[in-house]
Amino acid sequence: MPQSGAVTENRWILPAAEFQQLLDSLQRLGYQIIAPTLRDDAIVLEPIESADDLPIGLTDEQRAAVYRVKRRADKTFFGYAVGPRSWKYYLYPPNLRLWQAKRNGDGGFEVIPEEGEAPRYAFLGVRACELAAIAIQDKVFLGEEHRDHFYARRRENALLIAVHCTHPAATCFCTSMGTGPRARGGFDLALTEVLDSKEHFFVIEVGTELGLAVLDGVPVQPATERHWQQAQQVVENAARRIVKRMDTTDIKDLLYRHLDSSHWEDVAKRCLTCSNCTMVCPTCFCHTVEDVTNLQGTVAERRRKWDSCFHVDFSYIHGSPVRVSEASRYRQWITHKLASWQDQFGVIGCVGCGRCITWCPVGIDITEEVRVLRRSEEGKAAQSSPKEESHANA
Amino acid sequence: MTMVPSPFRVQQVRHETHDTFTLELEPVKGSDSFAFQAGQFNMLYVFGVGEIPISISSDPTNPRILMHTTREVGTVTKAMGKLRRGDVIGVRGPFGTPWPVEQAEGADVVIVAGGIGLAPLRSALYQMLANRDRYEKIVLLYGTRTPNDILYRRELQRWRSQFDLEVHITVDRAMGGWRSNVGVVTSLIPRAPFDARNSIALVCGPEIMMRFTVLELQRRGVPPSQIYISMERNMKCGTGICGHCQFGPYFVCKDGPVFRYDRVQHLFERREI
Amino acid sequence: MRTLEPILAEHPFFAGLDKRHLEVLTGCASNVVFQEGHIIFREGEEANTFYLIREGKVALEIHAAGMGTITIQTLNSGDILGWSWLVPPYRWHFDARAIEATRAIAMDGECLRRKCEQDHDLGYELLKRFAEVITQRLQATRLQLLDVYSTKERHTT
Repeated sequence: MPQSGAVTENRWILPAAEFQQLLDSLQRLGYQIIAPTLRDDAIVLEPIESADDLPIGLTDEQRAAVYRVKRRADKTFFGYAVGPRSWKYYLYPPNLRLWQAKRNGDGGFEVIPEEGEAPRYAFLGVRACELAAIAIQDKVFLGEEHRDHFYARRRENALLIAVHCTHPAATCFCTSMGTGPRARGGFDLALTEVLDSKEHFFVIEVGTELGLAVLDGVPVQPATERHWQQAQQVVENAARRIVKRMDTTDIKDLLYRHLDSSHWEDVAKRCLTCSNCTMVCPTCFCHTVEDVTNLQGTVAERRRKWDSCFHVDFSYIHGSPVRVSEASRYRQWITHKLASWQDQFGVIGCVGCGRCITWCPVGIDITEEVRVLRRSEEGKAAQSSPKEESHANA
Repeated sequence: MTMVPSPFRVQQVRHETHDTFTLELEPVKGSDSFAFQAGQFNMLYVFGVGEIPISISSDPTNPRILMHTTREVGTVTKAMGKLRRGDVIGVRGPFGTPWPVEQAEGADVVIVAGGIGLAPLRSALYQMLANRDRYEKIVLLYGTRTPNDILYRRELQRWRSQFDLEVHITVDRAMGGWRSNVGVVTSLIPRAPFDARNSIALVCGPEIMMRFTVLELQRRGVPPSQIYISMERNMKCGTGICGHCQFGPYFVCKDGPVFRYDRVQHLFERREI
Repeated sequence: MRTLEPILAEHPFFAGLDKRHLEVLTGCASNVVFQEGHIIFREGEEANTFYLIREGKVALEIHAAGMGTITIQTLNSGDILGWSWLVPPYRWHFDARAIEATRAIAMDGECLRRKCEQDHDLGYELLKRFAEVITQRLQATRLQLLDVYSTKERHTT
């Protein structure tokens, strides 16, 4: 159970000029650092070694179907929101060998499970919404009945350095989902970037013993009350700048009430079922398996690959998919994400990161779709009132 | 171990009909028995070809022999159909929820099977017949396409004569010479001898068949909370993690495949869910 | 001499009928017994009777060159055999064969048609019951048509 707030009242500051020392410490501890970096005109999460590889002085402009990286006037390290890749790329890789099998002389075969060390990742720059997404995937993959040991080992090894958001995008709605912009726990360290005309520094909160160990050898100074106030202020400002909203009141039953809604046909007119949303979503977990052999047919392997409920053959059985129409597939995704996920895992599946909105090529907005459903119910309620009035007058 | 397949050796291949066969399996190493409950399934792996969910059709009270009855419909099942005694197949499982064999004690049991749906129900029958005195009437209503598609013919005859078990078979069509019923399996329900109020119904077969069977059972007066169906969906992992088998909020591989009908009624009647 | 009236009254098909209608119907009823294998009627013959099966099993069959004899449906005790007497041209569409020794009540269709024209209430009561039988048969036939046990690829839109 992640603790709320820091493990101690110890808060530290690190000047931006010394940021590399933090990375050096991680490398000394044997971690491969995964962090935001610019590639192919997007801020993605990749292995880095130097602080220079961070998207320094960059920001992102996001809205439905639009993502642009822009240059900033200042030199923030984390002056943007989230990009197309999420940490699930590393904890739950898109293409993973599960096991191999080799034919043996006995006319049969033996299965060789995947052993070996799982990577030791240090995730640098985990946003609050992403921490929430990781916690959700923990529920999925580390369940009581079945524990995915591939996920478990990567997760156990992972060191999480959170960054409280200071520059939300127009597509962010973490405040509606109760997941951000401030990270509330589940991190080893949490950073707040403060940059003004005079200073550039990071306020560091310690979340675990491991986080504290990372600070060994890093030139941090105890944070003063002033530093802490500044740190709190920038994050509060960020929260105020979040404009997108999703009303989650009774959202499970709302979706369940609309299973037969004709609205899904309307969405289907726009939705390409391209599955971008499921790829970028940090909580989507559907996958498929692929069995292949070598040419001689002596060695076989099974690979696990990301899949999407939007693919028409996802639900294929007995000669036909169960969900043939685009409408049924969109309905499946949104109903699962916002409603059935709650029955399955006890939490809502959406963290409000906004990726599905940004990366949808036709700009379908999950918050808008929920709004349409609510409005349709208000419309019905409004329709019944005038009748009551006329009865009263009769 | 449910993450990687365990090698099992084919002891016997029994050809039930022109396109349906039963594999008798034994583990290659380790324990010589495979404990499971009637209604559960395994993920069966053919080396290098693929893996599919198949219901277990053997006797849970005799776990030394593991049997699966399969119909050849696709790549993997066709490859399975080519297996011979001595070949090795991978087994992961058992997975899923079982038939309510214990809950049915003290009541009549009406079993309605359609086509290959008889396979997982056979396991339930084995278990109930092993404790026959715990149940009141047991009635099997079995529908299939033609007389050539009837599974477990000899076994059904043997059960009819040995045990207090009523077996009514019907086919969708037959050539002249067939002396028994022709018509859909639902037509057997109105006249079947069981006490609707005090019975548990176990239903398994193609979804359309189950849909109409459940209607007919309710018309007879069997409450929806006393009807159990076995669902099928696309499965890749069998452990509730790959997402393919979702049926509303349920994962058919772990919340099913056996469902109490009243719990899934609202989903069962919906299209493309 | 015992009449068939109590037997008709007992049969599920006539449940709920007025005594006066039952009397009329009894006038058109007679007991019949078919041995195993007996052809009750043949496709194309005049259809002037319907049967309430009391005991036994009857197969509806159709025969075609190259196909042989195909059984379309079997009927059991409590079932109604035949409605072609109700609608012109009053001819049977299938063969009916008793595949077990069968006892039935034969209802004189010609007689009944006349009585229904005279007494529309009786006609309505009979038609209501037949409508139910025909609907059930149609539904069952549709299910058979769906060929739910086949493994053919279904084409999707």
